[in-house]
Amino acid sequence: MTSVVATNQTILVVGGGISGMTAALEAAETGKQVVLVEKNPYLGGRTAQLYRYFPKMCHPTCGLEINLRRLKANPRIQVLTLAEVTGISGSKGDYTVNVKIAPRFVNENCTACGECAKAVTAEIDDAFNYNLGKIKAAYLPHAMAYPQRYVLDPSIIGTADAEKARAACKYNAIDLNQKEEQVSLKAGAIVWATGWQPYDAEKITPYRYGEFPNVITNVEFERLADPHGPTGGKILRPSDGKEAKNIAFIQCAGSRDENHLRHCSRFCCMGSLKQTHYVQEKYGDEGKSTIYYIDIRAIDRFEDFYAKVKANPNVSFVKSKVARISQDKDGNPVCWGVNTEGYKRYSNTHDLVVLAVGMEPAVKGVDIPAEVMSDSSGFIMADPKNAGIFGAGCATNALDVNRAVQSATAAALRAIQVVNKVARAEA
Amino acid sequence: MSDLNQQMAVRYKNNFLKEIEEQAEMGNWVKMCMQCGVCSGSCPTNFHPGWEHPPQEIFMMIRAGKRDEVLNSQSMWMCTSCYNCYVRCPRKLPITHIMHGIAEYAYRLGRAPKMQPTLHLSKAFWNNCTKNGRVNEVKLTQSLYFKDGLMAGIKMGLAMKDVALGLVKAKRLNIMEALGGGHKCKDVNGIHKMLAKARELEAKRKGRQPA
Ligand SMILES: Cc1cc2nc3c(=O)[nH]c(=O)nc-3n(C[C@H](O)[C@H](O)[C@H](O)COP(=O)(O)OP(=O)(O)OC[C@H]3O[C@@H](n4cnc5c(N)ncnc54)[C@H](O)[C@@H]3O)c2cc1C
Ligand code: SF4
Ligand code: SF4
Ligand code: SF4
Ligand code: SF4
Repeated sequence: MTSVVATNQTILVVGGGISGMTAALEAAETGKQVVLVEKNPYLGGRTAQLYRYFPKMCHPTCGLEINLRRLKANPRIQVLTLAEVTGISGSKGDYTVNVKIAPRFVNENCTACGECAKAVTAEIDDAFNYNLGKIKAAYLPHAMAYPQRYVLDPSIIGTADAEKARAACKYNAIDLNQKEEQVSLKAGAIVWATGWQPYDAEKITPYRYGEFPNVITNVEFERLADPHGPTGGKILRPSDGKEAKNIAFIQCAGSRDENHLRHCSRFCCMGSLKQTHYVQEKYGDEGKSTIYYIDIRAIDRFEDFYAKVKANPNVSFVKSKVARISQDKDGNPVCWGVNTEGYKRYSNTHDLVVLAVGMEPAVKGVDIPAEVMSDSSGFIMADPKNAGIFGAGCATNALDVNRAVQSATAAALRAIQVVNKVARAEA
Repeated sequence: MSDLNQQMAVRYKNNFLKEIEEQAEMGNWVKMCMQCGVCSGSCPTNFHPGWEHPPQEIFMMIRAGKRDEVLNSQSMWMCTSCYNCYVRCPRKLPITHIMHGIAEYAYRLGRAPKMQPTLHLSKAFWNNCTKNGRVNEVKLTQSLYFKDGLMAGIKMGLAMKDVALGLVKAKRLNIMEALGGGHKCKDVNGIHKMLAKARELEAKRKGRQPA
């Protein structure tokens, strides 16, 4: 049974991405009690799924690593993984929260030795790699996952595979009797940091995502470039495994579009500019990138990054939103449109098309079990009537990591003020 | 060129965008265009002969004050009303309707290109349909076939003979309409009054002399 220590001076943080981790750390390091609830079996959120991140082109695991170390060193944070909030009642300074915890079937004894994965034969979709490959049904979500603890997929429970896994484990770490749990806890303030999800590219019908194998999304491209990804870091196209050296990036795929997402997703211009580096890094002068754009939004300090990419002769820019994509007989995607500079028609053949899909709030369509205001895109807004629940990171807006962290710090400060008031009232 | 053309040119001097916004149907949408290019790339007639400027370019030309080039352009008349652009435009501009609105305005000003087949059809259709409140298909077809002279009309009629017979068989075309006035609506006078009122209201709304 999971036991959680929480009072109405506790801060609940929902979502363990970079924003949720930051909010939890900022609050805990000022001495507050924090419960961090994450629905995945690991922390880090979508940042962990990037290969490198702009503007410094470092590996995101490095930034996450620092946060994880702070987290491990802090006894005031209780982390619940595979956990989701199912209900919130009460009000500012006095919330009661119900949390559902799914079984991992692996306990704290796990050393991440990997023997269970070797024993199991069943395979499942590799969610961490956006389903680009398969993994064993006993798995570590990704190499740097925290907690470093394996997970048994519920689909094998009750099968011979589960027994094989348990037999293979030398540390008595596999517990097939774990059940879903419901816990109830108190909280004085809540930080909602459930992040974002990529816009469903299949909805942009003229781009034929899901139908043409060589039309992929930017989040998938991050995984293709990553050595821990499904291709071992080689940029190979899905249809035939050929090296993709001539790559098109289509900006605003689903963003700034009244038929899809109304907002500018803000990070995706920089995301594609960054991804041209991957092409350059893997293929040198043989790797060609073409960015199709309406206008490049690389603001303030990112301007330099843009200028450098622009100076790269292997990267070209076409001022045009691609109207549609077709496929030639060799499976190459062909982009059709009109270049705004001169209004000339083009139909360009590429090896691979990467759709720079935008960010949609993960809360969209999900019932937050409390009254929270959201804007016309579904992002959470500050609600003066509900002064104890604060949005943080990409749950509030389309943000890059740096801005997400700033927003998380702000949310933590607001939450701290609420529990301080509670503490004063009770003193 | 008409008086209206002179009148409007003076009223809106140096502000063609405003002229289009106030005078052309749906023209108030033009400023919403962000020049993304989706409409141009989606247009099936794109860069066929006569299609000089895709919608995106027309909208930019309006902003740039290229009054003569826009009003004299063939482009709006080449629109097939396929609605590809309309459904894809990220800013939800009713592009097809704007194109028609500009075309109609150019015609009102007497600036539309001469011998424009779409213009000819539109005019023939309008006159035919408003006369009796219903379209007389036989006469409409005749007026189209014979627009380039008697011989061309006969040739065209023969070429389309089978289609016409099929339509007659399916009761979609009544040959008898060639004689007499063809079918009418019940209250032709009422229709004419309505149209006159609509013209009066439009003139008032757009600050024009009633036609
Ligand atoms: C292709 C691509 C490239 C990018 N590259 C960069 C880059 O180079 N540099 C940069 O600064 N930014 C980059 N970004 C943006 C970056 O990914 C985000 O800024 C960052 O992920 C925001 O973190 P977050 O914690 O707000 O959200 P997330 O990372 O989405 O984290 C949210 C967490 O909440 C959890 N969660 C969701 N719902 C619930 C729930 N109901 N209950 C419990 N937990 C829940 C999720 O599992 C997740 O762990 C890129 C984005 C993309 C798409
Ligand atoms: S569950 Fe057991 S076998 Fe599997 S990784 Fe952990 S310690 Fe190793
Ligand atoms: S950041 Fe760039 S690609 Fe992303 S929505 Fe904004 S303009 Fe489009
Ligand atoms: S699709 Fe819409 S916004 Fe884009 S250029 Fe055409 S009219 Fe302008
Ligand atoms: S509706 Fe007219 S302008 Fe629009 S795509 Fe079709 S033909 Fe082109």
